[in-house]
Amino acid sequence: MSILINKNTKVIVQGITGRDGAFHTSKMKAYGTNIVGGISPGKGGIEVEGVPVFNTVEEAVQTTGANASVIFVPAPFAGDAILEASYAGVELVICITEGVPVQDMIKVTPVLKQNGTKLIGANCPGLITVDECLIGILPGMIFKKGNVGLISRSGTLTYEVVNMLSNNGLGQTTCVGIGGDSVSGLYYIDLLEQYEKDPETKAVVLIGEIGGDAEEQAAKYIKEKMTKPVVAFIAGQSAPPGKRMGHAGAIISSGSGTAEEKIKAFAAAGVPVAKEPSEIPGILKEKLG
Amino acid sequence: MKIHEYQARNLFRKYGIPVPDGDVCHSMDEVKQKVSDDDKLRVVKAQVHAGGRGKAGGVKLAKTKAEAIAAAEQILGMTIKGLTVEKVLIADAVDIEKEYYFGLINDRNTKSVTLMASAEGGVEIEEVAKVSPEKIIKMAIDPTMGLMDWQARKIALQLFDEPSQIRQAASIFVKLYQLYVDTDSSLAEINPLVLTPDKKVLAIDGKMNFDDNALFRQRKILQMREVNEDEAKEIEASAKGLSYIKLDGNIGCMVNGAGLAMATMDMIKLYGGNPANFLDIGGSSNPEKVVDAMNILLSDSNVEAVMINIFGGITRCDDVARGLVIALDEIKTEIPIVIRLSGTNAKEGLEIIRKKGLPTVSTMSEAAKTAIELSKK
Repeated sequence: MSILINKNTKVIVQGITGRDGAFHTSKMKAYGTNIVGGISPGKGGIEVEGVPVFNTVEEAVQTTGANASVIFVPAPFAGDAILEASYAGVELVICITEGVPVQDMIKVTPVLKQNGTKLIGANCPGLITVDECLIGILPGMIFKKGNVGLISRSGTLTYEVVNMLSNNGLGQTTCVGIGGDSVSGLYYIDLLEQYEKDPETKAVVLIGEIGGDAEEQAAKYIKEKMTKPVVAFIAGQSAPPGKRMGHAGAIISSGSGTAEEKIKAFAAAGVPVAKEPSEIPGILKEKLG
Repeated sequence: MKIHEYQARNLFRKYGIPVPDGDVCHSMDEVKQKVSDDDKLRVVKAQVHAGGRGKAGGVKLAKTKAEAIAAAEQILGMTIKGLTVEKVLIADAVDIEKEYYFGLINDRNTKSVTLMASAEGGVEIEEVAKVSPEKIIKMAIDPTMGLMDWQARKIALQLFDEPSQIRQAASIFVKLYQLYVDTDSSLAEINPLVLTPDKKVLAIDGKMNFDDNALFRQRKILQMREVNEDEAKEIEASAKGLSYIKLDGNIGCMVNGAGLAMATMDMIKLYGGNPANFLDIGGSSNPEKVVDAMNILLSDSNVEAVMINIFGGITRCDDVARGLVIALDEIKTEIPIVIRLSGTNAKEGLEIIRKKGLPTVSTMSEAAKTAIELSKK
């Protein structure tokens, strides 16, 4: 078991003929992901990395039965790419693209709801169910099969933590990078709910950042609904207010969204917060007994 | 991206949101020329990207032309929160019967544009939100329909009593929403929105921020951008694919990835040091990018040691190491540097760096401790 994706997930790549799209298609295939098609309007009929290319998502879904799509198209067109996948009936859409305008994300939100589409991202590294399916730009070799779930708003910090977990004998079930934008798809609570239900996942690592109050909401959810242990880390404790720390979502505005508030919320929910990433494996081992 | 109050006023005007008459001036000559001879009540306001202008003495009332000129003289050139005032807005002051707040913001929780309105205007709305949140009316706007007239009326009805005032306010709300959406705004505030004794509803002060991700399609907004020195550096960095924020400390950091960059700053603080900057070089081993990053980082004269923290994922550490060696050969600095590489091909990468005679470490904690020590020498 795992969450969201597994070895049966059939993946298409929107923007497969672009530099990043083609490169990561080869990486995902090498990991063993079942990539069944790609989309590049006007280039239907060719092959990229041995994958058939279609003109539209609809055509790709009808031909291949794809149920997940990963988006690599440039930011000005990413919102439209998400809409196309949603209307084609793709169940899970992962948008890797960075720099998507917030208004575009706001516009797609009701459509996703109406069509029942799950979105991860934008501006995210993707997700992986270890040894089964990798969708996105995660470096597959650092992950090890095990029973820890992981949710994170960042990219390389996630890899850093995963690497520590793997080196300490703490393998993973599914790891999800939900992205660093202010308005994005699935959030902590959506995923915590799934990890709670997944029999294979025994504990969850949550990597948060400054900005917004999603961590506070997650803390409340964990306290009320989770039986499995959760260990947290919050990046940006030293960040000054009013400055956007790379991610569009990572900004402290008028005294809210600070690391301090998030850490306090987790403490109140009985969730241990690591002072630095290297503490995470130790705390986790203690929790797992 | 932020704009000044006078620029927000111009946008309000264009969308038919009533604002008092006024003019922006860049110099005393311009002030003397633009202020009309009649002695009416005016307000002279510093135009800087900083809050608390009033408290800092950047907003003054003037009863006569002479007083307006004197006020402008005092305000032009003053510093507010480290920023020099280069422009003043001189606007007609209006009599105020009551002050309100109206704002629009991108809300992460509802994933929509959210409207906020309050009868407690003129003050810091964050304070109202903290002390008495029940005094703020909030409503998420459906992006497919926009702010509908009846919704705007429903909000206005909670703030105003007379039909004419309700109509005026509702019309302002709808117009501001249209402006917000048309310009890819991320925050638009009218604070205060006022009711005058002759029952006119007017926007007295306006603030607008814009989504940096959408500036590619907002040329006219982008033309309004005015930047100070620090911001100029940040913009220069972003043009090179780097994300840079200057801070007050003395340990320069160069990291791949925003989350890891924040965690690196935190770690320096945790061990008693002080980070000089946030710098995310993204996922590339391109030596040119490292050179650009080092140049920006070292242009801060406070930097006394540099910590380079790279986690190799898809980008391999040996590639990054080769890039670093080329970059460091080109830069030639006396400032001590510690390099931490981990992840894919870290061993090979560290070997390359070590051959170069540079200090290397394999964990973040070690790197932070070493950088702090080096900065003290």
